[in-house]
Amino acid sequence: MNRLEADARHPVRFTLNGKAVEAEAEPRTLLSDFLRQQLGATGTHVGCEHGVCGACTIVVDDMLTRACLTLAVQVDGCDIRTVEGIAPSPDRLSALQRAFRRNHALQCGFCTAGILMSLDHYLSRHPAPTEEEIRELLSGHLCRCTGYTPIIRAALEAARLATSSEETSDA
Amino acid sequence: MVQAAVRTAISCDQGKGDERPWVGRSIERVEDAGLLSGRGRFIDDLGVQPGTLHAAILRSPHAHADILAIDTEAAKRLAGVAVVLTGEQVKAVTSSLVVGVKAPVECWPIATDRVRYVGEPVAVVVATDRARAEDAAELISVEYRPRSAVVDPLGTLAREAPVLHDGFPGNLASDRTFRYGDPEQAFADAPHRFSIDVKYPRNSCTPIETYGVIASHDAAEDAFDILANFQGPFSIHTVIARALKVPGNRLRLRTPPDSGGSFGVKQGVFPYIVLIAAAARVAGRPVKWIEDRLEHLAASVSATNRATTLSAAVAADGKILALDWDQIEDCGAHLRAPEPATLYRMHGNMTGAYDIRHVKIRNRVVVTNKTPTGLNRGFGGPQVYFALERLVQRIALGLGVEPLDVIRRNLIEANAFPYRTASGALLDSGNYQEAVARAIEGGKFAELKARRDEARAQGRLYGIGLAAVVEPSVSNMGYITTVLTAAERRKTGPKNGAQATATIGLDPVGSVTVHVASVPQGQGHRTVLSQVVADVFGLEPKDIRVNTEIDTAKDAWSIASGNYASRFAAAVAGTAKLAAERVAGRLARIAASQLNVEPADIVFTRGFVASRHNPENRIAFSRVAALSHWSPGSLPDDAGQTIRETVFWTPPELTPPDDEDRINSSLCHGFIFDFCGVEIDRTTLETRIDRYVTMHDCGTILHPGMVNGQIRGGFAQALGAALYEEYAYADDGSFLTGTLADYLLPTTTEVPEPQIIHMETPSPFTPLGAKGVGEGNCMSTPVCVANAVADALGLVDVTLPLVPARLAELVRGAEPPPPSGHPIARPARQGDRQLRGEGQASLKGAPERVWRMLLDPATLQSVIPGCQRVDKISETHFRADVTLGIGPVTGRYRADVELFDLEPPRAVRLRGAAEGALGFGSAEGRIMLAPDGRGGTQLTYSYDAAIGGKVASIGGRLLDGATRVIIGQFFAALARKAGGGAAGGFSLFAWLAKLASLFGGRR
Ligand code: FES
Ligand code: FES
Repeated sequence: MNRLEADARHPVRFTLNGKAVEAEAEPRTLLSDFLRQQLGATGTHVGCEHGVCGACTIVVDDMLTRACLTLAVQVDGCDIRTVEGIAPSPDRLSALQRAFRRNHALQCGFCTAGILMSLDHYLSRHPAPTEEEIRELLSGHLCRCTGYTPIIRAALEAARLATSSEETSDA
Repeated sequence: MVQAAVRTAISCDQGKGDERPWVGRSIERVEDAGLLSGRGRFIDDLGVQPGTLHAAILRSPHAHADILAIDTEAAKRLAGVAVVLTGEQVKAVTSSLVVGVKAPVECWPIATDRVRYVGEPVAVVVATDRARAEDAAELISVEYRPRSAVVDPLGTLAREAPVLHDGFPGNLASDRTFRYGDPEQAFADAPHRFSIDVKYPRNSCTPIETYGVIASHDAAEDAFDILANFQGPFSIHTVIARALKVPGNRLRLRTPPDSGGSFGVKQGVFPYIVLIAAAARVAGRPVKWIEDRLEHLAASVSATNRATTLSAAVAADGKILALDWDQIEDCGAHLRAPEPATLYRMHGNMTGAYDIRHVKIRNRVVVTNKTPTGLNRGFGGPQVYFALERLVQRIALGLGVEPLDVIRRNLIEANAFPYRTASGALLDSGNYQEAVARAIEGGKFAELKARRDEARAQGRLYGIGLAAVVEPSVSNMGYITTVLTAAERRKTGPKNGAQATATIGLDPVGSVTVHVASVPQGQGHRTVLSQVVADVFGLEPKDIRVNTEIDTAKDAWSIASGNYASRFAAAVAGTAKLAAERVAGRLARIAASQLNVEPADIVFTRGFVASRHNPENRIAFSRVAALSHWSPGSLPDDAGQTIRETVFWTPPELTPPDDEDRINSSLCHGFIFDFCGVEIDRTTLETRIDRYVTMHDCGTILHPGMVNGQIRGGFAQALGAALYEEYAYADDGSFLTGTLADYLLPTTTEVPEPQIIHMETPSPFTPLGAKGVGEGNCMSTPVCVANAVADALGLVDVTLPLVPARLAELVRGAEPPPPSGHPIARPARQGDRQLRGEGQASLKGAPERVWRMLLDPATLQSVIPGCQRVDKISETHFRADVTLGIGPVTGRYRADVELFDLEPPRAVRLRGAAEGALGFGSAEGRIMLAPDGRGGTQLTYSYDAAIGGKVASIGGRLLDGATRVIIGQFFAALARKAGGGAAGGFSLFAWLAKLASLFGGRR
């Protein structure tokens, strides 16, 4: 890996929700700050900056990643997905997002982006999860408002609806 | 279970075309689409004015110390730094925050000449960006002279305790006694007396979004414009304005559209509002500050911890005749507004759900070297009910009856409402017997008891706990004056009531806007208001647009505005209804004149204003609504305008304290009855909630989904308080839970779904019949779980949080000391940050040579990793700057080491201290050298060290391991050097600098 000069700013290029982006970052700049402050992608939130709360969770090259534990310069050339990229269009919500809304799975919404990213990523690989699996997955996210069960319900409901609609479309 | 869960969840009550009112339905929230797609507008998501500077705060590593000097020169010289403020500069442009009791003390948002808690601000650096500001903060060097610290509310009252404020002699900020009825007689006459001592711990609801402030100062008009995620109460606006030395109309305080949770906690942002506003004024530019999580945990705000002794006089049948409360409230290092409100918020409710006529109360407020306290969900309730409901269980045990029977025996009679408690609360409505009966039935209490029997028969540890709680809501702004004597109150003038406000606006196309000053923090106020107002106007919620941002320069607000004391549903939503009805009354008159009917015949339905008798005779709502804009001349004379209407509402029941100190501290009183079954693992002593049943009567339910959301959320936080969470301090005031890996919040794997049961007894005192609901489980759940754990383990006393280590001590006694001769250091434990160790190393070269190496300071700089600079003060006294990393924390330390008892070349004793932004430490050690008989040296060492400050709070768990690793590495390297015989080599001082930087014996 190239050695980067500490005080200099370095260009960082990657795809963010399918679009090419480019900006400059100091080597010490966190990816969470870079997304929010340089790129204006403020949907990713920061709750602890030490990897515990999960609010900053995003997907980097198909892997769930804590943006607060990642340096911006590390993701040069990567493919990044954040909460801004989940909905099919600005005025429509995804099935998972709709399930969240129906189930009152959010209150303040501050933890929500990270949780959505984890679930979106997980459900695409595990379409029929059990409650235990979802609880296990989300144990890396802190939510102070909801008491979690509505989130679990929303996740299970989204999975169930996705599977049943697939079955119908297959039929 | 999951299936059932999904089914109830799907039934979002959106049903179109039915005639039911919108209020009472679980419609989808208007807030959610934006929040779900990353379009929330939290304070850190909003743009700032070009040229805005960013602040970082340097904080005290000491719990109690004098500030001897602050050197900010290096920080100021750093490129990008605009200003550096210390207490002195802040003092020059502000005045002290007002203190809630009559005493000659000051309360500054930054330390002036002394620090009194770990995390107290010492300097504010303002720079072009946050990273620069943090860089500069590291360059500030502060010279402290430590004082002894006190963290225990009882200890602080001891004669020998260090005094925090001269204006609070003996650390006592307030001491009041109250007497209602004839408690002495009741105690004298009663056949039984039961007592309990409890210590309620410190914790906090820690919202996931931290504090944020953006402040600017207009020097031309001497006016401040501040955006902060402050939650109210707006009585604090007056405190801020006074501190900034401007009249209220020159303090424009605004809130962002979204806030990431608060639970009371964001009331505590106000000292930072003052601090950042002062910085903006000095810098002459807007300044932004976003708190980080470490700052939040260490120094934002916390609930109070409290030591309580509660006694009850009890009749033979279990009837409680009198209570005697002795409460010692620990408000931390400063008595910050609105404290001591936590202690007085419950003052009318000290008898809980019970009919007890004789009450004695002694309330003491003390200060200790901990973070100042403030609002936190439950606000005073958890502390009170923990004592009261633990005592009820104690009474049951003592009398050999079921706790449920003691509860039932004492509940206020259903026909007694509105019921005036002994200490003055007017309980608005309820039927506690019925609620308990429904919970017992619906929650299958009998089945739970059978479950316990079965578990116990198998030798498992299973217990059942109960709690009955009255949940107050809508605070009387005058309750806090109960801390003053009646004579003092007469002097300051009456304080009472709780003005709620709501504004309805109709625009030129007849669409409806609602504005309130309720400052939601995620509770969905906008949705509920759209339901309430839609019902009045015969519209749909989607037709109503609600704005809940507040701007004190333009909006209707009062000191009672804000989001606290569960006042939204009861007060604010009701006020919105009143405002909408007032507008609707005028619209009805206008429509009546247009439709040629009597106003009494007008109804609002499905987007029309129509004649009740002849529904075909109607006019579109929007047409009538727009008329005030387009054709005021055609309005009937008595109609008035319908463009904008603001209603203020304050309930007459909220009167000031009377001369006997009786206070109706809150307007509404919900009822909660909880019971639970817990199982405790015999081996790990981990507590698992088997079943939790919570019955709520919060009056009329406006939105069932949100009410359940409040209950679940409060329950989860309360479970954390019961089982995991504590803001822990070492005896010397070091803060021990400084990260979310140390301050443990419950996660999906720990929080079960409680069974929620509802009953609705409307409040006669609120426009919608609603009462508050959000705080109740924070009051009921901790004690309910504690009662269950006590039942499971047969314990008389339990202290929260019920972590396995604590239960192990209670069940098995304190852990025995390790077998003697056990090598090296004991691990550092919470509350014990002493590190001790010993070890040895073999070195080539005779002791004389090793001795010279150890004492050679000239080569230090090159051999101590991270050593920036060494100053030799004398032959036996050195100073050095070193950079060290422990776990997640790397920081710069200044080390000061002296040598004693030199016995060349055999032994030396050393003593050192180190200090840096991340912490401080002191150490004492001894090194002995002896020939090994093969021409080399056998070196043995021992050390006794202590550390404190941030490194203790965030790296504490790693310290013991880090110590051994670093010291081991040092001697390995020393041995290598000695073997190679290279020039330079290592020295005693290198070891000392290392050691002292990290650890070190108390002096
Ligand atoms: S902000 Fe990244 S895990 Fe908390
Ligand atoms: S919704 Fe507020 S933290 Fe999860």
